[in-house]
Amino acid sequence: MKPATARRLPDAAVVRRPARVRLLWLLVAALVLAALMVASVAFGSRNVGWSDIWAAIGGADESLEQAAVGKRIPRTVLAVLIGAALGLAGAVMQGVTRNPLADPGILGVNMGASLAVVTAVAFFGLSSPTGYIWVAMAGAGLSAVFVYGVGTLGRGGATPLKLALSGAATSAAFASLVTAVVLPRNDIAGSFRLWQIGGVGGASYERIGHVLPFLATGFVICLLSAKALNSLALGEELAAGLGERVAVARGVAALGAVVLCGSATAVAGPIGFVGLVVPHACRLLVGVDHRWLLPFAALLGAALLTAADVVGRVVARPAEIDVGIVTALIGAPFFVWIVRSQKVRAL
Amino acid sequence: MSTVVLSTPPPPTELVARGRARRALRRRAVIVLLAALVLVAFIVTLMCGQTYYPLDAVLRVVIGEQVPGATFTVGRLRLPRAVLAMVVGFSFGLAGVTFQTMLRNPLASPDVIGISSGASAGAAIAIVSLSLGETQVSVIAIAAALAVALLVYTLAFTDGVVGTRLVLIGIGIASMLDSVVAYVLSQAAEWDLQEAMRWLTGSLNGTTWDQTRPAVIALAVLCPVLLSHARNLSAMQLGDDTASALGVRVERTRLTVIVAAVGLIAFATAAAGPIAFVAFLSGPIAARITGPGGSLLVPAGLVGSLLVLVADFTGQYAFDTRFPVGVVTGVLGAPYLVYLIIRTNRAGGSL
Repeated sequence: MKPATARRLPDAAVVRRPARVRLLWLLVAALVLAALMVASVAFGSRNVGWSDIWAAIGGADESLEQAAVGKRIPRTVLAVLIGAALGLAGAVMQGVTRNPLADPGILGVNMGASLAVVTAVAFFGLSSPTGYIWVAMAGAGLSAVFVYGVGTLGRGGATPLKLALSGAATSAAFASLVTAVVLPRNDIAGSFRLWQIGGVGGASYERIGHVLPFLATGFVICLLSAKALNSLALGEELAAGLGERVAVARGVAALGAVVLCGSATAVAGPIGFVGLVVPHACRLLVGVDHRWLLPFAALLGAALLTAADVVGRVVARPAEIDVGIVTALIGAPFFVWIVRSQKVRAL
Repeated sequence: MSTVVLSTPPPPTELVARGRARRALRRRAVIVLLAALVLVAFIVTLMCGQTYYPLDAVLRVVIGEQVPGATFTVGRLRLPRAVLAMVVGFSFGLAGVTFQTMLRNPLASPDVIGISSGASAGAAIAIVSLSLGETQVSVIAIAAALAVALLVYTLAFTDGVVGTRLVLIGIGIASMLDSVVAYVLSQAAEWDLQEAMRWLTGSLNGTTWDQTRPAVIALAVLCPVLLSHARNLSAMQLGDDTASALGVRVERTRLTVIVAAVGLIAFATAAAGPIAFVAFLSGPIAARITGPGGSLLVPAGLVGSLLVLVADFTGQYAFDTRFPVGVVTGVLGAPYLVYLIIRTNRAGGSL
C-alpha cells in the first residue's frame, strides 16, 4: 500500500497493482486464513490445552475437551466454505449489478432463501438436506430477480440507491414472513434463530458433505465468469463491442452467485454484510481485475467469517454469539461508510 | 343552474376559499370517522375474545364497578392491552408522520431509519441485561433513540444533501441495532421466544398497567407539543427558506419536533417493542384518505391506533396461533413498502 500515490490518484492507483504486490497479498491472505483456522479450532467457549487439541485433531474424543475440539473442526471447515461462498457471491453481484452496495444480505437474497426453506419445511414437509439446498437456491434466485426487477424500474435503471432500498424492503418483508411461518410451529420454532440470524454452530461433516457439490458448482461458475465481469465493468455498450454477450454473461454470473448464496443460506441461515465488506477490501488490495478479485474475495470472505465466528465464541463466554450478529456489527458501519463516500455514484 | 344560461364564473379567490372549505370539511369528517372507528375497535377488543362480555358489563368495568368474572378478564387483561394498543399506535403514527413530513420523504419514518431500533436496543439492554425498573428503562430508551437520531442525521449530513442518503444510512444503522438486540437476547438467561418477539417485532402480550402508564403519560405530554407545531411543520414542507420567510423559526421547530417525536417513539417502544411498520404506514394511509391540505398529524395518529388495535385483535384470534402484533403489521407493511418503492421508481421521482 502506498498511501501517498493513492491520494494523488484516487482511482487510477487502485486499478491494477503490480503482480508482485498482488502475489504478496495473496500469500498474506492465505497465511491469515490459516492462522484463523488454527485459532478457530483452538479457541472456543471452553478452554482447552494444546495437548488435547493435538489429540483431538488426531481423532481422539475421550475427554470432554477433546470432544469439544472435535466439534470445532467441522465448524471451522463450514465457516471457511460459507465465508468463501458469500465473499465470492458478493464480489460477483457487485460486478454484475455494477453496484458498490450489492450484497447477498442487503439485496434480500439470503432472506429469500431462508423464507423458501422455512415455507417448504412448514407447509410441504420438506426434510431431505439436499431438498433444503434446492429450495433455498430457488428462493434466492426468485428474490434476486424480484429485487433487481423492482430496483430497475423507472429512470436511470438500477442505481445503487434504488437497488439497496428495494433490497432492504424485500428483506424486511421476508423477515416478517419467516417469523409468521415459523412462530406457530413448535417443531421448527427451535431453529427460529437460524432462519433469522444465521450462524455456523451445529456443523457436521454430513451437512458439509450435502452442500459441498453445490458450493463447488457455484465456485466454478463464478470463477469462470471473471473475464466476462471485467468486460461488463466497462459498461454494457463497450462490453458488447468487445464481443461479450452481455445478457448471457450477466445471467451466468448471477446464476453462480445465486447458487452460492442459496446453498450457503441452506446450511448456515441468512448471514449479511460479508459479501459487502470483502470485495471492497479486496479492491483496495489487488485492484479491480476480476480474475484476481474473485479468488481473493473467496479467500478474504473465508477469513472474515472464520474470524467473526471465533470472536463470537470468545467474547461472550460461556455463551456464543451467532456469526450473523458479529458480521452485522462489523459490516453495518462499513455500509454507512460506503454510502457516505462518493463511490456510491458509480463503480 | 338550468335557468341561468350565462352564469359568471366565480372569482378565483372564492374558488380557492370554496376548495379550502371543502377540504377542511372532508378532513374533519375523516377525523371524526377515524375516531369513531378507533372507539368501535377499542370496545370490540374489550368485548370479544375467548369469552364474550356484553357491552354493559364492559362499560361497568371501565367505570370501575365490580362485575364477577369480567372485572378480571376485561379490567386486568384486556383493558391495559387495548389502552396500550391505542396509545402506542397513536404515538407511532404521530411520530412517523412527523418525520415523514419534516424530511419530506415517506421512507424516512423512524422505523425505517433506525430510531425505533435504537429505542428497542436501549430498552432491551435495560430490561433484559440490566433488569432496571420502568423509569430507567424509559430514560435509556429515549437516550438511545435520540442518540441514534443524532447519529443518523450527522452521518447523512455531507454537503447538506440529506434525503436519500439519510434513508440508506438509517437502514444500515438499523440493521446493526437489530443485531445488537439479537445479541442482548441471546445473552439472556434463556432464549425466551415471547420476550424475543417483543423486542424484535413488537408485541402486546402480557401487557400490564405498569407498562401502559409511561406510554400514556408521554403521549399526553408530547402530543400537544407536536400538535402546536403542526402549522410550522406544514410550512417546513415548502423548504427551509420558504418556511423561514413565512415566519417559522426553522431550527427551533425542527429541534422541538425531533425531540418530541423521538420521545413518543421511545416511550411506545419501551412499552410494546418496535411494532413493525406502524410509523411507516400510518402517514401515507392518512394522506390517502384525508386528501391534500391540512395537517396529517391527528389522522395519522388515529390510523396508527386503528392499525395496532385491529392487527393485535387479528393476531390474537384470527389464526390458530397467537401472533404478536408486530408480525401482523410486518406482513401487512412490508409489501406496502415494496409497492411504495415501485411507484416512486416508476414515477421517476428522486426518492
